[in-house]
Amino acid sequence: MSPSPASENSGIWKLIFGRLDWSSLPLHEPIVVGTFLMVMLGGLVVVAGITKYKLWGMLWNDWFTTVDHKRIGIMYMILGLIMFVRGFADAVMMRLQQAMAFNGSEGYLNAHHYDQIFTAHGVIMIFFVAMPMITGIMNYIVPLQIGARDVSFPFLNNFSFWMTTAGAVIVMMSLFVGEFARTGWLAYPPLSGIAYSPGVGVDYYIWGLQIAGIGTLLSGVNLIATIVKMRAPGMNMMKLPVFTWTSLCANVLIVAAFPVLTAVLALLSLDRYVGTAFFTNDMGGNPMMYVNLIWIWGHPEVYILILPLFGVFSEVTATFSNKRLFGYSSMVYATIVIALLSYLVWLHHFFTMGSGASVNSFFGITTMVISIPTGAKLFNWLFTMYRGRIRFDLPMMWTVAFMLTFTVGGMTGVLLAVPPADFVLHNSLFLIAHFHNVIIGGVLFGLFAAINYWWPKAFGFTLDTKWGKRSFWLWVVGFWFAFMPLYILGLMGVTRRMRVFDDPSLQIWFQIAAFGALMIAAGIACMFVQFAVSIINREKLRDTTGDPWNGRTLEWATSSPPPDYNFAFTPVIHDNDAWADMKKRGYQRPLSGYEAIHMPSNTGTGIIIAGLSIAFSVGMIWYMWWLAGLSFVGILAVAIGHTFNYKRDFYIPKDVVERTEGERTALLAAKG
Amino acid sequence: MASASPIDPAFLDKDGNPLFHLAHEPHHPEGSSTMLGFWMYLMSDCLIFACLFATYAVLGGNYAAGPGPKDLFDLPLVALNTAMLLFSSITYGFAMLAMEKNRVAATQGWLAITGLFGLAFLSIEMYEFAHLVHEGATPMRSGFLSAFFTLVGTHGLHVTFGCIWLVTLMVQVARHGLIPANQRRLMCLSMFWHFLDVIWIGVFTFVYLMGMLR
Amino acid sequence: MSDAAHPKPGHDHPDAHAGAHGTMGSYMIGFGLSVILTAIPFWLVMTGFFANPQTTAIIIMAFAVVQIVVHMIYFLHMNTRSEGGWSMMALIFTLVLVVITLSGSTWVMYHLNHNMMPTMSHDMSQMP
Repeated sequence: MSPSPASENSGIWKLIFGRLDWSSLPLHEPIVVGTFLMVMLGGLVVVAGITKYKLWGMLWNDWFTTVDHKRIGIMYMILGLIMFVRGFADAVMMRLQQAMAFNGSEGYLNAHHYDQIFTAHGVIMIFFVAMPMITGIMNYIVPLQIGARDVSFPFLNNFSFWMTTAGAVIVMMSLFVGEFARTGWLAYPPLSGIAYSPGVGVDYYIWGLQIAGIGTLLSGVNLIATIVKMRAPGMNMMKLPVFTWTSLCANVLIVAAFPVLTAVLALLSLDRYVGTAFFTNDMGGNPMMYVNLIWIWGHPEVYILILPLFGVFSEVTATFSNKRLFGYSSMVYATIVIALLSYLVWLHHFFTMGSGASVNSFFGITTMVISIPTGAKLFNWLFTMYRGRIRFDLPMMWTVAFMLTFTVGGMTGVLLAVPPADFVLHNSLFLIAHFHNVIIGGVLFGLFAAINYWWPKAFGFTLDTKWGKRSFWLWVVGFWFAFMPLYILGLMGVTRRMRVFDDPSLQIWFQIAAFGALMIAAGIACMFVQFAVSIINREKLRDTTGDPWNGRTLEWATSSPPPDYNFAFTPVIHDNDAWADMKKRGYQRPLSGYEAIHMPSNTGTGIIIAGLSIAFSVGMIWYMWWLAGLSFVGILAVAIGHTFNYKRDFYIPKDVVERTEGERTALLAAKG
Repeated sequence: MASASPIDPAFLDKDGNPLFHLAHEPHHPEGSSTMLGFWMYLMSDCLIFACLFATYAVLGGNYAAGPGPKDLFDLPLVALNTAMLLFSSITYGFAMLAMEKNRVAATQGWLAITGLFGLAFLSIEMYEFAHLVHEGATPMRSGFLSAFFTLVGTHGLHVTFGCIWLVTLMVQVARHGLIPANQRRLMCLSMFWHFLDVIWIGVFTFVYLMGMLR
Repeated sequence: MSDAAHPKPGHDHPDAHAGAHGTMGSYMIGFGLSVILTAIPFWLVMTGFFANPQTTAIIIMAFAVVQIVVHMIYFLHMNTRSEGGWSMMALIFTLVLVVITLSGSTWVMYHLNHNMMPTMSHDMSQMP
């Protein structure tokens, strides 16, 4: 970042703007400028629309300041979907670049831009797509499944969401002001050290992740406390729905793993800002220690992503097979074993660093052992389907696609767990194909199953099947087109993160992969069309029963969308398929005897602190020390000020409960 | 397999039919999850310290031809510092005992004394750091010193936040008395404060005492 | 520990279930123990009581472990009953992870240094 002539030697400029000047704006990158204009235009349209229809008050009061776990869950999903579009745009750009850059062609992306894209793709997809979406699903569903009115710490929930969003905003800002990291998604030093990455890219990376990490950690604490303390009477641990169980394990992993990320990024920041010698090549630093620590976080992170979706598949399989889940307790124990083992495998991400045979074989074996409980889960799902009356609705279709795809991905993972094989395949496109195989086939397919499954619960109408099936087939087929070539290329020795290629015989494989990416793009488009069509046709797709799939767990016992208080009466549970049990025993919905319900009240503190955190990060990234200092003091002041507010709850009056429940009674009666 | 599980007799109505909901809202005492939630936060904090200890364990021998622990550490000073923290622990304990007996003035008094011990600890630590930096043993000097300053400094930073929190709580107790919400907050801070004590045991043993043995 | 002197039922405190607090006696016992457990290691190291530093190291580590347990019991009021055993479970889980992080990192990094920097691993302290 060389200062432009105008600002050179200008001490006052540096004092105010730090290292930000006109050259920081990527005006020389037509792609970025074009994107910027489109985003601005779109943003203006949205802002104008909100202003025109006077929606700001509603947005602020009902959404931004809400502490309702359901609304926060929906906001997480929206955040995830928006960031998904960004992350996927990065993916398509990479696929096009790699399909073009042969025979002396440089493609259309320069190295500076390309390196930012592959970093941003990884960071965004993991931290700002997968994490918000699974947190969103857990937030929405877990309290409903355990018969609670909200989470344990409703304000903290709102705060967590806004911190995650603040992290996303910081990462998005780097697209238009300055640059993003060019280091790969885990920013290994010494490349990410100040000597080799003197720009703002790595700082954007660090602060984006630190801020979002606080949100993730707190939401983990929150959901654990909720599951442990807020279960409905009768719901002992072995009556928890499987999704809640897997969520519990995932959140335990969050609370246990994210501090490691926080610590290691803090050490990297100290290296960059203060000049300490943790991960430097000289002065007694050791870059390998960074790799070691970040994978102690990184491997559990993989299971944080997949475990809740294992829960989703369990719920979907049982529901759509019209059967109780096969092997409930083995499912629970398998989840716990996977969660524990996930802490004993981190070295398999750097077998080639040279810890030697003893260390490598230990971690190779622990890695292979993980496939046993995972396999047990797959067999449980298969046995659940066996002799079931399976309904192939969209959630079930995604589940079957997951079983096929994920199994292939899991098996290539076992291949990579063999250290000698890993020495050949390390950092190759085979690895890329493997982890996309499990993350897309597991996490994304699971999210799509979850969205199709629980959408009617959240909005009161089902999703359009026609467009959903189009999206499904384009996604699944596109996935195989996009990633099978990468397996082949990886076996041929092609490494990851390459921008141009010399060997023309490889091009066809990259073109096939690019074709697959375009199919996936069409699948994503179909998914958004599906949402739009469903919203337009919502009256036709309306579900008044609250239980469109003949569900088995407690969330289907209440109306769709559930009232603010979730359940008019605290449910009592006798079985792990609580709602199926209630239906079987001829449960009658109570029509009288309502009471006022105690609820937490909304607060704007979360969004304010998150806003100040963005300001703090901008100050730190651009060396505007005054801004960083002021906003830090501001954060402290607002946080302390918040603790002086002792009135954080209110009662939903009895007549409101009566009216809400009365409307539902009328709807159910009309249905017949 | 499809047979329903037996029902807990507590959840049957008087005719022996299963209950599916409670007629009256159960009493959830406010903040009943707070202590568990805070404990989990502490556990996660513990893992941050674990990483810093691990970093110190790996980099602690890399002096980069610079000074080592024996050249730098002043054990009597560390002993004094440890004493400050230990005293602050017992005085916080006295504050909690006073709180149980609902004695506002005594609680506030013991809290103030605890805060002073905390400040004394921080001052001694700052003095130690300033002395090291003055001798050229800065965090930038070597991997060992980076790890040392970060580990000990992070603990110090926690104590600093503890002090700020303590003052905040004293103001709140002064305003509202020992109401349940304030008692809960004092108990959270108590856990935080004693937790920092536990971390300090690790620090003085692993960093200072073992450092002198190297 | 102190529950006999401090019966839980009838304790109308909102957080009575949170493992209760100590008593004057339990706090003083904890304090006395921790003073002793702190003083002995300092004394061992400062006087060089054992000629072999390794012996001293093992002994002071043992003292640290005991003192941590003392603090957990007398100051943090840990027991298997508070929060229905969840606090204890969280603590044990965390301790397992702390051990994995510490021992795993040192094991992995020791072998890395040994294999990748064989000349240096003998005396990293003298490397610039």
